[in-house]
Amino acid sequence: MLYDLIVVGGGPAGLAAANSAYQKGLKNILIVERDKELGGILNQCIHNGFGLHRFKEELTGPEYANRFIQMLSDTNVEVMLDTMVLEINKEHEVHVISAAKGYQVLKAKTIVLSMGCRERTRGAIAIPGDRPAGIFTAGSAQRYLNMEGYMVGKRVVILGSGDIGLIMARRMTLEGAKVLACVELMPYSGGLMRNIVQCLNDWDIPLYLSHTITNIIAKNGRVSHVTVSALDERRNPILGSEMEFDCDTVLLSVGLIPENELTRAAGIQMDPRTSGAVVYENMETSVPGIFACGNVVHVHDLVDYVSAESERAGAAAADFVLSGQPEADAVQIVNGADIGYTVPQKIRISRVAKFADVFFRVRRVFKDSVIEISAGDTLLTSFKREHMAPGEMEHILLTKAVLDKAQGRDITVTAKEA
Amino acid sequence: MFVYASALIFMESGGTSIMHDVAIIGCGVIGAAAAFELSKYKLDIVILEKENDVAMGASRANSAIIHAGYDPKPGTLMARLNVEGNRMAGELCKALNVPFNRVGSLVLAFSDAEMLTVWELYDRGVANGVPGLEVLMADQVRKMEPEVSDQVVGALYAPSAGIISPWDYALAFAETAVVNGAKLCLNTRVTGIEKRDGGYHIKTNRGEYDAQYIVNAAGVESGLVHEMVAEKTFTIMPNRGEYYLMDKCEVVRADHVLFQCPNKDGKGVLVAPTVGGNLIVGPNAEAVSEPERVNNTAAGMNFVREKALKSVPTINFRNSIRNFAGIRANSDKDEFQIGIAAENFIDLAGIKSPGLSSAPAIALYAAELLKECGMNAPKKENPVTTREKLRFRNLNDEQKREAIRKNPLYGRVICRCETITEGEIVDAIHSPITPCSLDGIKRRAGTGMGRCQGGFCGPRVLDILSRELHKNPMEILQDGEGSQLLLSETKQEVAK
Repeated sequence: MLYDLIVVGGGPAGLAAANSAYQKGLKNILIVERDKELGGILNQCIHNGFGLHRFKEELTGPEYANRFIQMLSDTNVEVMLDTMVLEINKEHEVHVISAAKGYQVLKAKTIVLSMGCRERTRGAIAIPGDRPAGIFTAGSAQRYLNMEGYMVGKRVVILGSGDIGLIMARRMTLEGAKVLACVELMPYSGGLMRNIVQCLNDWDIPLYLSHTITNIIAKNGRVSHVTVSALDERRNPILGSEMEFDCDTVLLSVGLIPENELTRAAGIQMDPRTSGAVVYENMETSVPGIFACGNVVHVHDLVDYVSAESERAGAAAADFVLSGQPEADAVQIVNGADIGYTVPQKIRISRVAKFADVFFRVRRVFKDSVIEISAGDTLLTSFKREHMAPGEMEHILLTKAVLDKAQGRDITVTAKEA
Repeated sequence: MFVYASALIFMESGGTSIMHDVAIIGCGVIGAAAAFELSKYKLDIVILEKENDVAMGASRANSAIIHAGYDPKPGTLMARLNVEGNRMAGELCKALNVPFNRVGSLVLAFSDAEMLTVWELYDRGVANGVPGLEVLMADQVRKMEPEVSDQVVGALYAPSAGIISPWDYALAFAETAVVNGAKLCLNTRVTGIEKRDGGYHIKTNRGEYDAQYIVNAAGVESGLVHEMVAEKTFTIMPNRGEYYLMDKCEVVRADHVLFQCPNKDGKGVLVAPTVGGNLIVGPNAEAVSEPERVNNTAAGMNFVREKALKSVPTINFRNSIRNFAGIRANSDKDEFQIGIAAENFIDLAGIKSPGLSSAPAIALYAAELLKECGMNAPKKENPVTTREKLRFRNLNDEQKREAIRKNPLYGRVICRCETITEGEIVDAIHSPITPCSLDGIKRRAGTGMGRCQGGFCGPRVLDILSRELHKNPMEILQDGEGSQLLLSETKQEVAK
């Protein structure tokens, strides 16, 4: 059986991509999902705040996912649950296994990769100390709490101020735990401002910027206390600044990494800055007919943007099947000063109908700043921003007219104070 | 007090204790190997292990190397048993289905002075009977290992060195011993030993045991056990080593075990592939006072990073997935403390590196020593000496199809990083030694060994453990006693 499209992963990205491909006319679509239900990580995000951009209302994670699952219910999009993809290759073969159907090799005209991301762990940041029970990534603690119905701790210190950690600070507090501190290595938060306010400030949970955990002490197999130290400008602990916290649990919210093992094994070109695939303006990867979208490409701050990006990927996959695409030259988007990465990394200007969406993150906090788009010495356009921070994704639209002004030269994105 | 299923089955009833032929104290790789060897004889064996699983000490946190045997001084027990253990490893691992790969090792020299050390090691290795040793020049080394430092001037190549899963080596021995009838008592700490007519009376925190012979394989506590029956002859000096385990993408840094020249603290920091497909980097060596404390330190990790980069400058430590530390049961003697310490009591003590490499040879030697003590049991006619273990990810496509057809649980991947299926987890739970913790499953099935370190699969493994063992999820442990993951159900505080 030859599918028009196989979508790998039934989280928010995969759902939006499948739905949009269907709307654009693809009829023979399969979503492969490893979990027992669609929705991905949204299923454990029972807090609200999803969908403000997309639906102009505040939904919980499961409600947001359900909007897309409902859209699919009226289609003939096929879903394989509890099914793991073991391998994808350039011939568009997808090897899957499941308890129900065993080992199958499926084939598709196009593939959308939407596997999402995973959390960085203690090992990635080398926290000294004992290795007892009671150290969880914020996301696993969220799963135990919201899906399994168990508390992983009573007295909690959170390392990292990523959004999941912030959300968990509030969630654990609501369940009766005492969250003693949120500790952030950087001089600024890694999460959204609204989460700092609603999840820490509103609950009197202190945020220690430029601090980190420098020791974890265990007693009888469980975390018993942690040492938190202030950091100097080179991020070295300042002797004498140590604070002890008597806690049974440490939650880690120290970053997310796109999950691209399948992508790499398929020989798709990767971008070390995003840890995701290099993509063109329509989210196509370096392998023709294989697209990628959502957190597997770059870590988004809001699911609303994941949906929008994935709809573009789904539409492009439909285009690929229905009309084919002529070869086209691409320009690179070059990262100027203080730009961490951009997505897409390449634009085929001849394929842009009206405008190209460009997402990026800055490397430091900016106030009253300007984003400049240039090609060589030519300033193509600029955008004003009151505030930019690494924890928040920036989004700009480059119109066809602006892109044409580049005249085939690479396009540089730069951030600076106005 | 919580009682584990496996321990319960084999628990002795308090006062009236039956007489065993052999009691083995400690079930690390040495105790387990001894149990495996002795279980081939018509002997009633009891193994007393203070932790809730086997291989909980030095055996679970070390460099995971089967050394070639050029390090120990010729004529020592260490030299003989290392080379013999290395020779035995290939067939044993095949029969017992333990991941083992004879990748070979290089001792790198960074100066002419270190080249002299390399030649010295070569001579020692030849004297010890190590096969295939070669001294290589810089260009030969770089051909074999393109990522080594350009400061390397030469190396000793030992093709017989290998990499192994150390805890699975211990598990394979212990499981097979149990299949052969040995009784394993977990959570059972020896607190005292009395000599009685015809044997020994052993007191533990869980009842009393009588045995004609005792094998002391108590690792860092082997000194204490020795002193329960004999005069002190050695002192255990616990020594901690810290490590990095790197993501699979870093395994390209080394195809062989890369040592630096040994110094007074041991074999130094190595860089090596693991049988799991990762890169292992470490250890340092630090004398410590708390024999059970395996914490990492900033200084230790910095030391390891710095030394490793000397061998392979391209290692990217941002790809670290775990730090860990292990304790070596070093003694004040530069030799294994193996021998008859008292009537019918043998020590397998002071087992520092190359202890893992020597384990099966130490076990053979232990059997000889028991015979010297008078043990004259005949061998069983058909003892079990093999172990089956399905590792889904190692199967080819057709075998995968077949495995799922036979048992659909092999079609459900639980650990996505390592491709470990529910079938393998259930196999592990119902294996001869029942695990009670996530780490017990990790050591048996490999879940949580990967880059997400159990972040995704942890809750699912916990769920499967609680289902298969009929336990409340809140009883499931991360690792040793007291390491429950879940502290309460939700809504408890709110209800108040």
